[in-house]
Amino acid sequence: ADALVCVIGDEDTVTGFLLAGIGEVDLKKNSNFLVVTPKTTTTQVEDAFKAFTNREDVAVVLITQTVADSIRYLLDEYQAMVPTVLEIPSKDNPYDASKDSVMQRILKKMSVEK
Amino acid sequence: MSGKVLPSRMTLTATKARLKGANTGHKLLKKKADALAVRIRMILKQIVDNKQLMGATLKEANFSLAGVYYAAGDDIKYQVLQNVGSSATSKVGFRVDNVAGVKIPVFDKIESENKAQDLTGLARGGQKLEQSRTSFTKALDNLIVIASLQTAFVALDEAQKITNRRVNALEYVVIPRLEDTVKYIATELDELEREEFVRLKKVQASKKKKIEEEQLKAQETAQAALASGKPAPQPAKSMLDKQKDPDDLFS
Repeated sequence: ADALVCVIGDEDTVTGFLLAGIGEVDLKKNSNFLVVTPKTTTTQVEDAFKAFTNREDVAVVLITQTVADSIRYLLDEYQAMVPTVLEIPSKDNPYDASKDSVMQRILKKMSVEK
Repeated sequence: MSGKVLPSRMTLTATKARLKGANTGHKLLKKKADALAVRIRMILKQIVDNKQLMGATLKEANFSLAGVYYAAGDDIKYQVLQNVGSSATSKVGFRVDNVAGVKIPVFDKIESENKAQDLTGLARGGQKLEQSRTSFTKALDNLIVIASLQTAFVALDEAQKITNRRVNALEYVVIPRLEDTVKYIATELDELEREEFVRLKKVQASKKKKIEEEQLKAQETAQAALASGKPAPQPAKSMLDKQKDPDDLFS
């Protein structure tokens, strides 16, 4: 089946991925991306995250790490398989594995294995 | 399953069969758990490597985007955001793979036609835009790979937890219980056999005693008869014994 990629991030990140062709806006003005600016509230981000992850037709949710930090607790709770949540770096913040919820789970698993 | 069963040979064979089944199941599940562990470790390594790569590809993509702003001005962003179509051109195909007995979702990118029907209003910086588009597409590809790996990992992790739980349940609960039951039935059967044996012996002994007593009595009467000169009393002839009767016309 075909599924979408969602993106939640700063303007530049979202623009870039829209260029790559993942964007979609339906007739009800529902989009599969959210541009987060200093004016965006945490509630808006939470709602977008919950909406995207609940959608049946979404396979991947990309979220920049800075935005991810603002809803860190939601990400830590998130256990579902589909859609996958991927934390990506943004222009100003290089990738930090110590904050990535999924990476943390992976590293914990690795240390338990050893 | 509480308490013990009725100790009989039938239940013994039945329980032994169940024990054998449990042991085979345990062995197989252990193999599965090991296979899963190997898979997970492989995927773990891939995820870590790919995430590092992601850092690099995204940095490059963002860099090229900055180039676009430089060439075509800042309102490109606005144009792109406004020009999003009703159907995404890059989607992910969702397939289900079977790995070591676990169903894992796998993503691959699906590009549909009608790309770039937007952005026709941009005359300046077209080349830079195309470059940026390419680099972001590359980043997207990499990210889809990572997404696949991540889901695979989560699925395998879950499956491994369940399998390990089952292995432990068999090893520490089911199999010891069955072994106990087998031992119990065996001991009970042994004891019943012993009781049977003892009873038999007792009956034999009492029979023997009875025979001895009768023999003794017969001897005594015989001796007494001899001493008094009378003939030993013969056992009375039974009328039921078949005798030849000459009056029988038909016999």
